[in-house]
Amino acid sequence: MSQQKNDIKYLTATKIGLIKKKYCRFKKNGIRYIDYKDPEFLLKFINEQGKILPRRLSGNSLKYQRKMAQAIKRARHIAILPYVADLLK
Amino acid sequence: MLSQYETVFILTPVLSEDDTKKAITAYVDLLKSQGAEIVHEEHWGLKNLRYPIKKKTTGIYHLVEYKSEGKAINLLEIAFRRDENILRYLTIKLDKYAVKYNDDKRAGLVGRNKKVGLTKEKEANV
Repeated sequence: MSQQKNDIKYLTATKIGLIKKKYCRFKKNGIRYIDYKDPEFLLKFINEQGKILPRRLSGNSLKYQRKMAQAIKRARHIAILPYVADLLK
Repeated sequence: MLSQYETVFILTPVLSEDDTKKAITAYVDLLKSQGAEIVHEEHWGLKNLRYPIKKKTTGIYHLVEYKSEGKAINLLEIAFRRDENILRYLTIKLDKYAVKYNDDKRAGLVGRNKKVGLTKEKEANV
């Protein structure tokens, strides 16, 4: 029965290309301070070359994008994050 | 009102075990002599640097969180600059959200363990 149900679902519009509504994860989860000392969290906001992702890709609000950029620069200063990297992730 | 600061500094890995301890206690005592109140201290030990600093690829990290006036920081930073064992240092002034974050982190309520905190409450109600 469930197998059959999947076929019918295919007739409706597929999910490919549906633009997900971006949201600021800091506002949503109520994070008020971005710690510059834990790299796992900061890795989400930099691309493979170690560059900071722009707001249109990271979806952050202006206030938290600046705090996040500040935290990344501090992490780079004390060698927790690289300035330039290849295939970082 | 004493404001809260957080200093991370990296020592060269070349130092022997007790030399690093001596250097660290020297800086902590310098802070105490300036009337700073040490809130928390963390020793991360030997870690790989993501890029070589002064031709060294590893460093001994140490973190000190303390309450003090501003002028104690100048003396500390001058001492850092003068000492060649220090590869790098970073001093941050903590605002109220940062202080709250650090306290929560020590209480184990931040990040992954936050879920642990939740499950405990769930178990309590069950």
